[in-house]
Amino acid sequence: MNKGMVLLDPTAELAPARRVRLPRPKELAGQCVGLLDISKARGDVFLDEIESRLRADGVSVRRYQKPTFARVAPVALMQQISAECQVVIEALAD
Amino acid sequence: MEIPADGFVVVCKRECATCGMVVPVLSEIVDKGKPLTICSQDDPAFPDEWPGVVDDTALAHSYRLAIEAVPTLIRMQNGMETARAVGWDRAEWQAVTGIEGLGEDLPQSRPGCGSRSVEPGLAEELALRYGGVRLAARRIETPSHEDEMEACFARGWTDGLPVVPPTEVRVVRMLAGTRRSSDEVVGIIPPNQAACTVEKVAINAVMAGCKPEYLPIVIAAVEAACLDAFCLHGLLATTYFSGPVIIVNGPMARAVGMNSGVNAFGQGNRANATIGRALQLVVRNVGGGRPGEIDRATLGTPGKYTFCFAEDETGSPWESLAVERGFARGASTVTLFAGSGVQPIFDQHSRDPESLARTYAACLRTVAHPKIPMAADAFLVVSPEHGRVFRQAGWTKARLRERLDELLQIPGADLVRGAHGMAEGVPESLAHTTLPKFRPGGLDIVHAGGTAGMFSAIISGWVASGAKGSQSVIKEIRQ
Repeated sequence: MNKGMVLLDPTAELAPARRVRLPRPKELAGQCVGLLDISKARGDVFLDEIESRLRADGVSVRRYQKPTFARVAPVALMQQISAECQVVIEALAD
Repeated sequence: MEIPADGFVVVCKRECATCGMVVPVLSEIVDKGKPLTICSQDDPAFPDEWPGVVDDTALAHSYRLAIEAVPTLIRMQNGMETARAVGWDRAEWQAVTGIEGLGEDLPQSRPGCGSRSVEPGLAEELALRYGGVRLAARRIETPSHEDEMEACFARGWTDGLPVVPPTEVRVVRMLAGTRRSSDEVVGIIPPNQAACTVEKVAINAVMAGCKPEYLPIVIAAVEAACLDAFCLHGLLATTYFSGPVIIVNGPMARAVGMNSGVNAFGQGNRANATIGRALQLVVRNVGGGRPGEIDRATLGTPGKYTFCFAEDETGSPWESLAVERGFARGASTVTLFAGSGVQPIFDQHSRDPESLARTYAACLRTVAHPKIPMAADAFLVVSPEHGRVFRQAGWTKARLRERLDELLQIPGADLVRGAHGMAEGVPESLAHTTLPKFRPGGLDIVHAGGTAGMFSAIISGWVASGAKGSQSVIKEIRQ
């Protein structure tokens, strides 16, 4: 991997240089929320609590787990989450 | 260390034999009481045991003094250069220093060696480092963990294929391809109506994979795209297939190695591929014309990645497109056409021009829809084997066009809605008229292609051709 590069902006520079985050959802009603356990200790405890609160509000929830916190999520898992969910909450436990 | 305002400066390097040879002369100059500053490009310990050698391994002085070869002797007076000798030439060195008899023991002259500051690939870095060039574009720093190719994708800068990351050095090299100032505005690019400078064109040309020598062609293409007659904004926004097709004429096309022959519309030629792509990247990045946003094409065409070719002028039976439009034979031009794709014409049996013209007319009739007249313009691209038929029969381009115009007069009864069982067509009120397939000036003819194959091609245009939409435009290429 490179050491970081300086590139010249090819655009009309009308947008901010830093990439803009996707807009935050205004409400969760009608959205599917993915809960991603990255396989760190007690992440499941945190996500269990989140899940019960979301379900109490009538939000649909799906659970996912990375095989190991030490590596990025497998492509298949990322594709599955992006296909099934509009919002993801990740438990960065410790 | 700065160069003194008065005295002599010698720029040299150890690896140059001539520099080694003149060291005794340098001692002579000092012995005569003349102030002398020595800048060494490769080794501050050269000349051996010489006190106070200026370390110019970073080449700052060499760059600012515009050293082309070493040794170079310069006389400075009041901070200004007043004389210079390059390499060893006894008479010149004596004239510059004013020392009679200088270097009598050396040969009369010896050429020097190339300066390190002009080594290939280094000049642009030095220009950036020492302020010889200023680039206005915003700098985007990619994080150390981010692959630079992916960074370009992530920022939405690409057409779906990888781009060459536009680093400062690459852009400076690209700008060397034109004599225009980097801050000159080439045009206003829709839909954002953003001013596009030569520098922005160069950045996108780097990304497209252009060589610097292609840059003047890309700039001319951007200029042409910005002409009101071309109607780029509408062309971008249309649901129809079209995008800009670039046809290059003149010596510049041959000089940069553009393809006008075998597979002229196809892949494999860097100039064809990257010039067309650079225009599309300018439209995307500077203008903000992105598919799914302002670009609403239902299906589009693969030509929207790139569609650029040169006319085969040397093998053509006719005058070129550029000459036809009033340019001198030696002029290089870029023609832009709102093209929708390539429609093949197959005719392996016609050996007389009348038969071939009829084949062309039958195929041209179907552009957009066989029942729709005067909507889409077209370029008829005649290949060498078909061109030979016209040459042998003595048909000029004007005669072919005239015959096609006659053959493409269509009875309104064949075109009205419902005729031949097709709802598409012209209003019933036109049933008793005769209508031309193409508006006046809507059919152009050029020559290109490989020497084997009795095929020609139609590049069909946008259904909003002419004054109501896009007209093909031509611009002369300036260095």
